[in-house]
Amino acid sequence: MEKILEVKDLHVTFRTYGGTVKAVRGVDFHLNKGETLAIVGESGCGKSVTSNAIMRLIPNPPGKISNGSIRFKEKEITRLSEKQMRSIRGVDISMIFQDPMTALNPTLTIGTQLVEGLQQHRKISPTEAKAKALDMLELVGIPNATERLKQYPHQFSGGMRQRIVIAMALICDPELLIADEPTTALDVTIQAQILELFERIQESTGVSIILITHDLGVVAKIADRVAVMYAGKIIEVGTKREIFYESQHPYTKGLLNSVPRLDLQGEKLTPIDGTPPDLFSPPEGCPFTARCPFAMEVCDNVYPVTTARSDSHKVDCWLQDERAKQLLATAEK
Amino acid sequence: MEQNNMKRSPGNIPDEWFSWKGKDTEAAETVARPSLSYWQDAWRRLVKNKLAMAGLLFLVLLALFAIFGPILSPYEVNKQDLPNQYQPPSSDHWFGTDNAGRDVFTRTWYGARISLFVGLMAALIDLSIGIIYGGLSGYKGGRTDNIMMRIIEVLYGLPYLLVVILLLVVLGPSLSTIIIALTVTGWVGMARIVRGQVLQIKNYEFVLASKSFGTKTPRIIRKNLLPNTMGPIIVQMTLTVPSAIFAEAFLSFLGLGIQAPFASWGVMANDSLGAILSGNWWTLFFPAFFISFTMFAFNVLGDGLQDALDPKLRK
Amino acid sequence: MLKYIAKRLLIMAVTLWVIVTLTFILMISIPGSPLNSERNTNEVVQANLEAHYNLDEPYYVQYMLYIKSIVTFDFGPSIKQPNQTVNDLLGRGFPISFELGIITIIVALISGITLGILAALRHNGIIDYLAISLAVLGISIPNFVLATLLIQKLAVDWNILPPATWSSPAHMVLPVIALATGPMAIIARLTRSTMLEVLTQDYIKMARAKGLSPWKIVLKHALRNALMPVVTIMGTLLAGILTGTFVIEKIFAIPGMGRYFVESINQRDYPVIMGTTVFYSAFLIFMLFLVDIVYGILDPRIKLHKKGGA
Repeated sequence: MEKILEVKDLHVTFRTYGGTVKAVRGVDFHLNKGETLAIVGESGCGKSVTSNAIMRLIPNPPGKISNGSIRFKEKEITRLSEKQMRSIRGVDISMIFQDPMTALNPTLTIGTQLVEGLQQHRKISPTEAKAKALDMLELVGIPNATERLKQYPHQFSGGMRQRIVIAMALICDPELLIADEPTTALDVTIQAQILELFERIQESTGVSIILITHDLGVVAKIADRVAVMYAGKIIEVGTKREIFYESQHPYTKGLLNSVPRLDLQGEKLTPIDGTPPDLFSPPEGCPFTARCPFAMEVCDNVYPVTTARSDSHKVDCWLQDERAKQLLATAEK
Repeated sequence: MEQNNMKRSPGNIPDEWFSWKGKDTEAAETVARPSLSYWQDAWRRLVKNKLAMAGLLFLVLLALFAIFGPILSPYEVNKQDLPNQYQPPSSDHWFGTDNAGRDVFTRTWYGARISLFVGLMAALIDLSIGIIYGGLSGYKGGRTDNIMMRIIEVLYGLPYLLVVILLLVVLGPSLSTIIIALTVTGWVGMARIVRGQVLQIKNYEFVLASKSFGTKTPRIIRKNLLPNTMGPIIVQMTLTVPSAIFAEAFLSFLGLGIQAPFASWGVMANDSLGAILSGNWWTLFFPAFFISFTMFAFNVLGDGLQDALDPKLRK
Repeated sequence: MLKYIAKRLLIMAVTLWVIVTLTFILMISIPGSPLNSERNTNEVVQANLEAHYNLDEPYYVQYMLYIKSIVTFDFGPSIKQPNQTVNDLLGRGFPISFELGIITIIVALISGITLGILAALRHNGIIDYLAISLAVLGISIPNFVLATLLIQKLAVDWNILPPATWSSPAHMVLPVIALATGPMAIIARLTRSTMLEVLTQDYIKMARAKGLSPWKIVLKHALRNALMPVVTIMGTLLAGILTGTFVIEKIFAIPGMGRYFVESINQRDYPVIMGTTVFYSAFLIFMLFLVDIVYGILDPRIKLHKKGGA
């Protein structure tokens, strides 16, 4: 499969009054053409920072991509100038934000906001731009498109606004769409409709999607592969099946156990105790040690090596070490 | 992945490290920040704001000088000494003397008393009326609120200083009439803020809870609503004081300020506007400097408080 | 929108009525009313007053006639200047004051907004600190102090600009600076803080994600939203500039309405004080009304809300 995006050893830091926050601390992942990768994790784990880094939307200062590479279709994004980057944003890579209530400018009509990206990047007449905008509104399922182009954001419901935001993101036919918590701010019924819309759009346009979320329900519905992030690192990555049924990392298991599931009725929901570590001074070893029910001496001292369980399934955990397996076996006796 | 992995491949990690550590809940808990009360947290953030702290320090010093300053001076505030008029600042007269030979240093601190008194009284009266009116309006809601807000809208449309001038022309300028005139329509802004705050939180669960226990209206306002509305109100107060001082200075300019034998900073500055052209800069400089710096101090303190007390900015 | 305008008009009318009634009550309650006191030795003046205020009628009739005269824009005679009416003074002084006010507000808006935007775009940079310092300084220094300093330094010491009167563009520079500095500082501070807030909004991030250029983002997406609060304080600013003209016109010897007003206060020329107050109040209240309408046009949310309600 063709890799459309490849992120290697990405580090992002933020300088604040309290010190330097290491928000992303060496992240590796890739995205194949036409697939959906979900990045899952608690708030503050660095998943949004990662997606902003791909768009080069990290506010600098105080933020900075301090190390690593982001390759998008053979282009090294970290080395592009701001001007070159502008010709990629919205054209090759688009982004959708969490809250559709605030992602649209309240003082401009949605027609203006729809076509401005198009007019920025393509030589196109106003009539053509408008026609394209109408097509997009139709694609995302907004009836009465001609009239609605002249309306302002407050005249739309939350779900409708998110559809408009999606239309805005797709108007230049991007190859990569980054959706940062696209359904979190919506009602449950609307969430389902928006997720279906994503599936439909991916089928018709073949766009690759990075889905940032903390909601495993959303992941189960539309992701092909899942990357689990914790304290600025990807601690486990695999296909949806591998993550949901063969997860290895205690944190991934904890995440799965803290969501209700229909197929495992009667099992108790167990929240993960404690809070993630302070990213001002992240621990030397595995960041999950303090909350991990299987913590070993080694975990405090050394960050686990990556173990590949299959071509697609990789996990950073000392429990994969032979010596830990022996320890587990003796404990079970 | 991580640098230390280069040094330590799985092979050279001592075997005994593969032993249970046990869940270290203490470590997990200590990661969370120590919890601070709202006021502690606000104070901590205010202290960090150097400009606001400088403003606060200036105001504290000013208050001390207003109280004790005249004691430091051998001169009487209104004692005229015509042979010594327009003496430049010297070791005898630290701030020089004015057109009647009066000691500007002494008069500056008496002026501070009056200007600060006018400012603080105006702020306190605004606060009292504003809290009663705004609190009632916001708490009662419905028709009462509607009517009370219409009245506010009408009063808000009245040009503040013009009404003050009008009142003073009729009442005659004195310390008490100036304070009355400044507060007749001045409380409207405070009432609006209080009402907004009350509206915002009156549906909070703890208020509903105490309501369901049958607590009386005034008690709910006093016990539950007030502590939670303090932030913006304190900010508004720190901004009312300088605007009242400013207004008094403006009135002095129109000849409607505090009348002799008292002298506010505004009166002193206004009396000296002509003197500066003849080179006697100090008669204008000291009152003008203190008006400006007091305004400055209250403004930066108000800004600092606004940032410090804003619950949205709590981190 | 229509309902919104109607509601504003109604409130405007009530506010006007309050100020007119207030002036009337104050007028008749002045101790030893100046209108019929023996102190007005000038017979012409006394005759004018009696004719205008119908002093022999009962108060309620006086009140009705007073309101009638105000509605017909007749503010009565001056006490201190025989054969001069308040209208005469307004006709002579107001155009000059209006000119001073308009120039001031334009200067304050342009410089304040520019300064505010630059400060916000260079947040925590040198321009930002300069702008903040300038703004706080501008708010802190009373305009009569600033005016005196300007005359002393620029006109007297350095002899660069004329110190007084209103006869050429050069004469306008100092009074306009003295009067515009305060409002400019307020506008700059407000623009900066709202701009900073707007720049963190998701729709700005969205605009960046679309690949728009920084200038387009600032001008098209940020500025309009950032300027809304500036529009809302325009009423207060106008009131401040208007009262500021009293001070500035007196110091710079500009023959505007403000100077007449200050003189009338010093001479206790009550009809002039009352008439000018009513006139200025009406002017300001009307300006507030205009500001509300402009706000309604700028913010599409208001329009719909009112349309939906009607």
